[in-house]
Amino acid sequence: MDAKAKILGRIRKGQGSEAAVSNETADILSARIKSHARGIIPKRGQIPLKDQIALFQKKIEALGATVAHVEKAEDVPTAVQRYLADNNMPSRVKITPSKEVTDLPWGEIPTLEMVEGAGKEEDMVGLSPAFAAIAESGTLMMASGADTPSTVNFVPENHIVVLKSSHMRGSYEETWDMLREKFGEAVMPRSVNFISGPSRTADIEQRLIMGAHGPKELHIIMVNDDA
Amino acid sequence: MQVTSRKFKENAHDAMQDENLRAALGRVKQGFTTARANAAAELPEFEDLRDQARDIKDHVLENLDYYLEYFEQKVIEAGGQVHWCSTAKEARETILKICRDVDAKTVTKGKSMITEEIGLNKFLESQGVEPIETDLGEYIIQLADEPPSHIIGPAVHKTKEQVTELFYEHHQQYGYTEREEDPEKLVGEARAVLRHKYVTADVGITGANFLVAETGSTAIVTNEGNGDLTQSLAKTHIAVASIEKVIPTLEDVSTVMRVLARSATGQEMSVYTTFSTGPKRDDDIDGPENFHVVLLDGGRSEMIGTELQELLRCIRCGACMNHCPVYHAVGGHSYGWVYPGPIGAALNPQMVGIEEAIHLPNASSFCGRCEEVCPVRIPLPKILRYWREKSFEQQIGPKPQRWGIEIWGFFAKRPWIYRLMTKTAVRALKLMSGKKGKIRSLPFNNGWTAVRDLPAPEGATFMEQWKKREGK
Repeated sequence: MDAKAKILGRIRKGQGSEAAVSNETADILSARIKSHARGIIPKRGQIPLKDQIALFQKKIEALGATVAHVEKAEDVPTAVQRYLADNNMPSRVKITPSKEVTDLPWGEIPTLEMVEGAGKEEDMVGLSPAFAAIAESGTLMMASGADTPSTVNFVPENHIVVLKSSHMRGSYEETWDMLREKFGEAVMPRSVNFISGPSRTADIEQRLIMGAHGPKELHIIMVNDDA
Repeated sequence: MQVTSRKFKENAHDAMQDENLRAALGRVKQGFTTARANAAAELPEFEDLRDQARDIKDHVLENLDYYLEYFEQKVIEAGGQVHWCSTAKEARETILKICRDVDAKTVTKGKSMITEEIGLNKFLESQGVEPIETDLGEYIIQLADEPPSHIIGPAVHKTKEQVTELFYEHHQQYGYTEREEDPEKLVGEARAVLRHKYVTADVGITGANFLVAETGSTAIVTNEGNGDLTQSLAKTHIAVASIEKVIPTLEDVSTVMRVLARSATGQEMSVYTTFSTGPKRDDDIDGPENFHVVLLDGGRSEMIGTELQELLRCIRCGACMNHCPVYHAVGGHSYGWVYPGPIGAALNPQMVGIEEAIHLPNASSFCGRCEEVCPVRIPLPKILRYWREKSFEQQIGPKPQRWGIEIWGFFAKRPWIYRLMTKTAVRALKLMSGKKGKIRSLPFNNGWTAVRDLPAPEGATFMEQWKKREGK
């Protein structure tokens, strides 16, 4: 008997049955999975969009991230340039090859060098679009794909995220439904990352130190497209 | 890892003499408990979420066979593989085979208690594969060649000065020839040293906080981002998890997530929560080419349907040890195996045998704080009592201890003799203490009175006082 059969056998013995679950039980359990039934959703996120945006910003700033607002997507390159200049960061930026961000008018800021691709060791700044954001805890949701390599979120020293305000949700559960709508039922992108602030550690005497392995700075440029 | 639970008393004695450890444990007591209390107070739904998290885990355990097979099916659909392993040995060999198949020389590792449980690092080293821990705490204790002393803060017992010395000793080969004392710079040093290792490693091994049946995803929770670099930059990703980590849906995960970080560090969310599903897709430009899940049983299936089943609800947040007066006094290493604190005292007797771990269930004052703060409401004191009964029944403890319990049992079952005895004892002790109200030494109790005086009882027994106040 292989290990799988042995393990399942021991579990079933403990549950007081010899065989796998009955068809009837299997139907109930499978229906439970497919129903996406939600548990308790904290009320704090169940508020109008405008307030969700404010809550998100308050939460993620408290976690050490910075947030800038622009009125339209075309304004993003200027906001990136300003952020890099204000923080003495190099003007070479690794950008995910996704139209959503590559189509922005980067050419208007000739000092910026936008390099498309996956995150590499030498990258000082990475830029990627958020799939969604969650107000409840000040959390970004990133979804990987051919044009959104997840390494851009983690490998560069500093991370800039472009977030559409219309993608703001109150809870994690609402963003799972957004994912299902885009990718299909029970289909996940290879990597889904919830990000709440820049990297940190408290492994030396419980002192909070920023920039452990992931990005040292996290900057969010929010495009106000919800109006 | 080597089990030293049998030496709990000696371990604890040594630990209490260790000044560095005292300072470190003081920080655990202060830092973690305050942070958790604040996080819980901030979320009005917190207590109800704990109930739901408990119910979700119970539901999983009642249908564990179904969810595990469902999960496996989904992993396969996403292009990954699941390896079922009954024992630690099987898990080690499975992981080694995956490493051999890709001709791996080095392996980066995210934090994983299961790999500690199966003693993976030493095994890989012995087989010529170099494991590199990337979580800062795990990295520090790997350099120190020590086991973790806390499940979420493995190096919580180390001082900054000790880290300075460890890095000075091990980082000279990378050009760091000065003793670095600033903690921020120490973190920077580890970051720089490990940066290149992620890229050159052949295999990345992580643990998993959750296995999502619905989608076949494994999920990890970190603050440093090391787990993400580990699993996205190596060609092969192995997620190692025990069977009880499976959760039905993404909605269920969301509920459990809400209590996990709050209970652990007092954060609302850890910085990074990452769901990995299968290897890189055909048109992806990054991500691992192979995705393996190593599922470890390790004695857990035998707990199903027993008094110990509730232990399998554990989500490894560490709140029980953060709030445990015994852990605060003796630290994690005293427990002598991978899992310290109340969860270790309840779990280790099952994992390593009650003969080996007999002291652990006894190292408790039954204050009940562990159960109070457990996000999935595991009745830890009840399970510790279960082990005490077991060891008494099986006559495992030392004879004088068992006799003591038998004598006490004799009186406890005969209340009138018990009351007479306590009445006599209270008065005798009061006489012994004289005018000082304290007893300097007591026959058979020199271990206790050697370092402190016993305050003498004053007046009546509890039952006498209870009667006098008419139970008010």
